[in-house]
Amino acid sequence: MSVGKVNFTKAEREKLAELLWLLNWISVVTGAILLGMGLFLKVEIQTWQEVMSEQGVLFVPHMLITTGLAACGINFLGGKICLDCADTNKFLRWKLVMMPYVICTFFFTACILAGALMCYSIRSQLEESLFLGLRHSMRYYKDTDTPGRCYLKRTLDLLQIQFQCCGNTGYQDWFQVQWISSRYLDLRSMAVVDRLRNNVEGKFLMDSVPFSCCSPLSPRPCIQQQLSRPLAHFNFDQQSQHLNLWRKGCRQALLDHYTGIMQSISLIVLLIWLFELLVLTGVRYLQTAMENVIRLGDPESESEGWILENSLAETARSNFNIIKNLGKCYQVDNDPNINVPAVMAEQEIQSDQVQVQRMG
Amino acid sequence: MPFMVVKFDLQKRVRLAQGLWMLYWTSVLAGIVLFSLGIFFKIELRKRSEIMNNSESHLVPNLLILLSLVACGINAFGGKMCHDSLDPQKFTKMKPALKPFFALSCGLVALLLLQVLLCVLMQFSVYLTLAEGLQFALRFYKDTDTPGRCYMKRTLDMTQIEFRCCGNNNFRDWFELQWISNRYLDMSNDLVKDRVLSNVEGKYLMDSVPFSCCNPGSPRPCIQHHLTNNTAHYDYDHRTEELNIWTRGCREAVFSYYSSIMTSIGAIVIGVIILETADMAGLKYLSTALETMADPENPECESEGWLLEKGVKETLGDMIGKLKTLGRANQVEEGGDAPEATT
Repeated sequence: MSVGKVNFTKAEREKLAELLWLLNWISVVTGAILLGMGLFLKVEIQTWQEVMSEQGVLFVPHMLITTGLAACGINFLGGKICLDCADTNKFLRWKLVMMPYVICTFFFTACILAGALMCYSIRSQLEESLFLGLRHSMRYYKDTDTPGRCYLKRTLDLLQIQFQCCGNTGYQDWFQVQWISSRYLDLRSMAVVDRLRNNVEGKFLMDSVPFSCCSPLSPRPCIQQQLSRPLAHFNFDQQSQHLNLWRKGCRQALLDHYTGIMQSISLIVLLIWLFELLVLTGVRYLQTAMENVIRLGDPESESEGWILENSLAETARSNFNIIKNLGKCYQVDNDPNINVPAVMAEQEIQSDQVQVQRMG
Repeated sequence: MPFMVVKFDLQKRVRLAQGLWMLYWTSVLAGIVLFSLGIFFKIELRKRSEIMNNSESHLVPNLLILLSLVACGINAFGGKMCHDSLDPQKFTKMKPALKPFFALSCGLVALLLLQVLLCVLMQFSVYLTLAEGLQFALRFYKDTDTPGRCYMKRTLDMTQIEFRCCGNNNFRDWFELQWISNRYLDMSNDLVKDRVLSNVEGKYLMDSVPFSCCNPGSPRPCIQHHLTNNTAHYDYDHRTEELNIWTRGCREAVFSYYSSIMTSIGAIVIGVIILETADMAGLKYLSTALETMADPENPECESEGWLLEKGVKETLGDMIGKLKTLGRANQVEEGGDAPEATT
């Protein structure tokens, strides 16, 4: 009882081969699209990698890139095979390769699905990485003279301007770090010294934010200093306070940005996966049909094609048996070709068991 | 004596027709590229029309869009003509359309040349419009409560951030006008009153700039206020400090952006002109080669193709003569009518 049995005439086989050739070439294009999407995601992540604490997220674009390249290669080969399959003589060339090719394509298709699902699951890891990375960046914002961190200030400023965000969770995060370098603080001034002595760690903390937090949408010129005392500024009401700075935290802004990109990518990858599955099914039918034609001996006759020769349960059982027997190749079974006398056979069996024990 | 004669046999004619068909369809693609460039330029002008006082001239993009559509149409028709030319019946039907088609193509090339000229000359207009528009923009920066100017602050801030510039000529333009609205000034404060009374027009002038002038690449946090006062900030010399705020003026920055767009458009239009000229030359060769076939029934025969039937000077002379007679046609008729009227 086969799974998905279909009868194919010679003409139908040839049409199937041609159709699969075309579909394989379209799959090469979709493989290139996968590659392009992987590269795009990699570039996007690397642009802002300074504010991410670890690069684990890069696993996703790398997977997309390798899958895309594999797709191009496998489908290119598949196109060549399918073109040859229309003719029984040429098929003989590929006979031995077909089964491994189908198995390979099956696993590769599973990889594509894994890639698509991974895009959804990476969100929590990304959030953690962004939280730690942004905290780290804000702490080292002032260190523009330390090698390795000189451009952190510029990166963080450009990030806040481009993504319209301020701080990690909100603008109050800037109140907790010293973001003005001691090089630009007049340490002889009493006001500065007081503020430094004001807290345990000797940091110059203020209730002010960098200029990149300012929102151009505000109707009044930006107020950056003394943000926790609205009365210090003339006519600084609730509305003005709301519009003055960017309200969103940069972690949320970046998370939304990357989640949006990855959701669109995973949707496209799922569609590509469905397409590959279709191609795989077609190739399997073609393979079984051609093999049956050769078995029947007459190239002009009808043949059957199927997905699985026996039912799902039987195929699973036979595969499991194959795997089990892989380890037993050194045992001498009851081989009917060996002439063993009955008494000797019993002794032989005992010595076999001893052998098994030794090897076990 | 024909100008630039080339001999054609059947294979050469077929190859010429096929090559010319591809060339015409490439020209259609080029026309589509020109169309999208025109739309892009128009959108860019519209996006920033607020800092140009809404008085910028849309002549260049409008003409470009029109010419690109005309070019697409003419080239598509030319491609169709090439496709039909190898069939003798269709060719005889199409022969009368050739002369007007050539005239149209010449007209298109002339207009494209005009477009290139405009791309170069209109840059001056853009510069002047920008200078005037930015002056108004800076003056109306504080008027976020006046209808029609509410978004000037936002537009100017975003322009300064995007183009990395400050003020009209440079950042000192901000010192000469009041960019903080009176709504946010505490008029009961003595300092504020002093400052307002210290100048003739009663404006609150300061030596400070808006936050959008700040340079993120500066190693120190941005200094926006008291820019010319060295003692107001620790370790600060306004004469040597270059990285704190953008030093370029917005007029120069925005103009160089538009100038580069217009120059690239001009260069691409020159490319399209060359393509169109090649198309016309090819079509002239093809049509003359097909017309001069000794035996129209036998496709295998040889023929000649040329660019001009007579030499260059003679053709020019003929054209000038025709233009002159166009003007004299009325005179001859009057002379003929006058004796009839008397009799």
